[in-house]
Amino acid sequence: MKMVKNAVGRMVPTEINGEKVIPFKGVGKHRPIGRKHAPTIVSSADYPPDGDKRVPSIKEALINARLKNGMVISTHHHLRNGDLIANQIFDIAAELGVKNLIWAPSASFPCHKDVIKHLESGVIHHIEGSMNGPLGRFCSEGKMAGTAVLRSHGGRYQAIQDGEIQIDIAVLAAPTADSFGNGHGLDGPSACGGLGYALADYQYADKVIIVTDNLIPFPCIPMQIVGNYVDYVVEVDRIGIPELIVSGTTQITKSPDRLLIAELTAKFCDAAGLVQDGFSFQMGAGGTSLAIGIYFHKMLMERNIKARFAVGGSTQYSVKMIEDGCLDYMLDAQTFDLDAVRSMRENRAQHPDISIFHCYDYHAKGNFTTMMDVMILGATEVDVNFNGNVCTHSDGYLLHGIGGWQNCLFAKCTILPIPLFRNRIPIICDEVTTLVGPGELIDVIVTERGIAINPKRQDLIDKVKDSGLPLKSIEELKAEAERICGIPQKPELGDKVVAAIKWMDGTVIDVVREVKIKL
Amino acid sequence: MKTAFAGQHQKSDRSDCRVSLTLNKSGGIDITVNSKVKLLFERAIRETCMSVMKIFSIPHAEIVIDDNGAPDYVITARLEACIKQLIQTEISQLPEMLPQNTGGTKKDRMRRSRLYLPGNTPKLAINAGLHSGDGIILDLEDSVAPDRKDEARILVRNTLRTVDFYGAERMVRINQLPRGLEDLDAVVPHHVNVILLPKCESPEQIREVDTRIQNLRKKHNIQHEVWIMPIIESAMGVIKVFDIAGASNNVIALAIGLEDYTADIGAPRTREGKETFFARSQVINAAKAMNLQAIDSVFSDVSDMEALRENVLASKALGFDGMGCIHPRQIRVIHEAFAPTKEEIEKAKKIVDAFHEATEKGLGVVSIGSKMIDPPVVKRALRVMELTEKST
Repeated sequence: MKMVKNAVGRMVPTEINGEKVIPFKGVGKHRPIGRKHAPTIVSSADYPPDGDKRVPSIKEALINARLKNGMVISTHHHLRNGDLIANQIFDIAAELGVKNLIWAPSASFPCHKDVIKHLESGVIHHIEGSMNGPLGRFCSEGKMAGTAVLRSHGGRYQAIQDGEIQIDIAVLAAPTADSFGNGHGLDGPSACGGLGYALADYQYADKVIIVTDNLIPFPCIPMQIVGNYVDYVVEVDRIGIPELIVSGTTQITKSPDRLLIAELTAKFCDAAGLVQDGFSFQMGAGGTSLAIGIYFHKMLMERNIKARFAVGGSTQYSVKMIEDGCLDYMLDAQTFDLDAVRSMRENRAQHPDISIFHCYDYHAKGNFTTMMDVMILGATEVDVNFNGNVCTHSDGYLLHGIGGWQNCLFAKCTILPIPLFRNRIPIICDEVTTLVGPGELIDVIVTERGIAINPKRQDLIDKVKDSGLPLKSIEELKAEAERICGIPQKPELGDKVVAAIKWMDGTVIDVVREVKIKL
Repeated sequence: MKTAFAGQHQKSDRSDCRVSLTLNKSGGIDITVNSKVKLLFERAIRETCMSVMKIFSIPHAEIVIDDNGAPDYVITARLEACIKQLIQTEISQLPEMLPQNTGGTKKDRMRRSRLYLPGNTPKLAINAGLHSGDGIILDLEDSVAPDRKDEARILVRNTLRTVDFYGAERMVRINQLPRGLEDLDAVVPHHVNVILLPKCESPEQIREVDTRIQNLRKKHNIQHEVWIMPIIESAMGVIKVFDIAGASNNVIALAIGLEDYTADIGAPRTREGKETFFARSQVINAAKAMNLQAIDSVFSDVSDMEALRENVLASKALGFDGMGCIHPRQIRVIHEAFAPTKEEIEKAKKIVDAFHEATEKGLGVVSIGSKMIDPPVVKRALRVMELTEKST
C-alpha cells in the first residue's frame, strides 16, 4: 500500500478498500468541484396510489429492495444502545447467503457486538462509520476483512452527499410512522426525540425501508422522515429497548474532581467574556458537560440574561434552561433523556429537531458550528501542539467514534475539559496516537490541575491573564501528569492499517494501525 | 513457601494494586503483571519491582501484580508491605520527597476544614489536595482494617512523601495508644504537620505522644514543628479536656468526635444535638482557655449540603473554628459558613477603625458616635477582620 505524508505529518494511504483517497491538505484547503451524488429517478406510478407501502417483514423489504452481495447498508443510531434493528438486517443477510456488505451506520453501540459474527463470516466486509467498544476492539486487532472508515457526523453527511458512500439500502427505525413512510421519534414505545441523523440516508439512498413499532394512520406529523423518499414500511413488535434508548434522567457528575473541572471551565468562560446576553453554546450529555451547563444556567439566572441558542444533545438540564427563560432555542440533533423528548414534543417552537446537515455539513453553504461562541468537547488524548484524539486510547485501541467532534472544532472557542490523567494514563502527550483534530482548532484545555490556552489564541490569553485562574502551559500540565503517573511506554503497533480517519472534507487525516500485543 | 499479600484489587480500587510475593531459593525474580494499563506501563512496573528487590537484596522471588493503574509509590508500598511480612528488615524503599511537602505550618493557621481520607485507599489521596481544604488527614485508625494496619502505614508514609496536597496541612490520624506510637515512627520522619490522637483521655497520652515525636524529630533532624490535635470522644476525655489542652505546647487544637462520645454516654445522637451540648461547650471552653482552636465533629450526610450548612452555622455560633469533613464537596460549604458574614465584616470594620483612631489619638476609650465600645467587643471585631483576611 502506497503511503504518503499528509499536511499534519501523518503517513496515510492513497487508496482504501480499493478506492483512491485524498490525503489531508490542511484546514479549509480541499475544495472539491463537481456535482453532488443523486439517487436514481423514480416515478410515483410505481408506488401504491393509496400510499400504503407496507410489507410484512424486514426480510421481505430487503428482498424487495434487491439486497445483494457488496451493497452498502445504512442505519441511524437514534435508538442508541437499545437498537434492535441493525443486528436483524445482517442476520437476514446471512440467512439469504449475501456476502461482502458494507455497513454504514451513523454510529454503533455495544449492542451491535452481534454483527461481529457477520464480520467474521464475511457477510459484512467492513464498516464505514463510528465504532464503539467491542466493534472497535475487533477492528483494532486486525480482524476486519476490509479497512474501517471513520467519519464525523458531518463528514458522514458530506460523504453521502458527495457520493463517497453510495447507500444502496437505508433501513431506518422510526418510533412513530405512517404507512406512506413519514416518521418521527417523538412518540411511541421507542420514542427517541429527533431523527436528524437519518436525513442523508433517506435523501440519498437508492432504497429506503422504514421500520416502526408504532404505526399510525396517515399523516404522521411532524415528518422528521419524509415519506416521499421511502420505498417500504415494515411494522414490527419492537424496534428498541426504551431504557437503553434514552435515560430516564441524565445525571450530572458526582465526582468531586470532575465537578472541579466543570467549575474551572465555567469560570474560564466567564473570565474570557464568553458568557454574555445572546451567546450560544454546545455541550455533550456527559456528566462533566452537564455540570458546566448547570454553572452557565446559574450565571445566566443571576445576571438576568439569556443564551440565544444551544445546539446538540438535549437533556433535562437544557430543557430546564428553556423553561427558566435563560435559553431561547435548543436546536436538537440528538435527544438524550425523557424530559428532552417531552420538551421537543410539546415545545417545538423553542426546541425543534434539526439534522446533521444543518449543524455540521462542511460541503454546505455554511453550517451552525462556526457561529457558536462556546463549544465543550472531550478527548482521549491531546498533544503538546493541541492536536486532539477522540478515537483511540493511548494503548492504540480504537474504542470510540468521532461523533460530531471534528465538526464542532470550528466554533469560536473550543474548550476541552478533561482530567489530566485517567487510570495512570496521562491525557496530554508529545504526540497523539491518532490525530483526529488539528491543534490549530483547539483553543483551551481545562484540567483539574490547571488550564492551558493554545498560544495561537493570544486574545483569550489576554482576557483571562488577571483572572486568578490556574493558567499553565500545556507542557507544564504534561510534566505534572508525568510526575504523578510516570511516562508511559509507546504501544507496539503493526504496519497494517485497520481504519482510516477522515477529515470532514473527505480527506484522510490519519489512520489506525493494528495493535500488536492484545490486551 | 509462604506467600505474602498486600493491597487491593477490586474493580473500584482505582490507583491500587494487589501484590503477592513468594520468596524462592532459586530461579531469579519472576514477575507477572496483570494490568489495565499493561500496554503502556508493563515495562515501568517491572523495573519498579526489580529496583525494590534490589534494595531489599532479594535474589529469587515470584511476584504477581494485579494492577488497576497504581502509581509507582503505591506499587513500591505494596511490595514493601509484602516483603516485611516475610523477612525482618530495617530497610525502607522511600520514594523521592516532593520539595513542596517538606515545609512546616503555623500554630494559628486556619483549620476550618480537614478532609478525612482512609489511609489505605490511594485513589482518594491523589486528587485530595485539589479541593482547597485547609487540611488533609490520612487516617490509620478506624478506616483501616486491623489486618491492614502495617501496609497502610507504609502507604501513608509514601503518600506523605510523594503526593502534592497543594498547600493543605498534612495530617495523620494515628491509632489509639500504644499502637499509635509505632505509627509515629512510620510517619513523623516524613514531614507530617499534625498528628491526630484519637480517643484521647488523659494528659499523659499527650505527653507520651509529644515525647515520641520530639525524639523522632531529633533523630531525623526534622526542623519544622509537628503539632498534636487530640480528639476528645469519650466522657472521660470531656472531663479531662482542660488538662489535655495544657499537656504540651505542641497541642494546637482540640477536636471532638461525637459518634464515639454519644455511644460512650449511652445517648442516641440527634440532629438537635442536646445530648452533646455539654461536651461541645466543654471542649470549646478548654480550647479557648488555652488559646487553641476548637474543631467540631464531622457531618456524615454527604448528600445534604443544606443540613451541613445549618450544622456549621450552629458550630460557629457555639465557638468552633473548624470541622472535619468526609467528602471534598463539604469543604466549600464549611468554608463559606465559617466565613464572617457581610454584616459581621462591616460592623467589625467600623469598630476596628474606631479602635485604631482611638489608639492614634491616645484615647483610653473606643467609641463610635456617642456609643462606647467595650474591649471584648474590640477583641471580637479584630478576630473577625483577621478571619476575613485569612479567608480571602
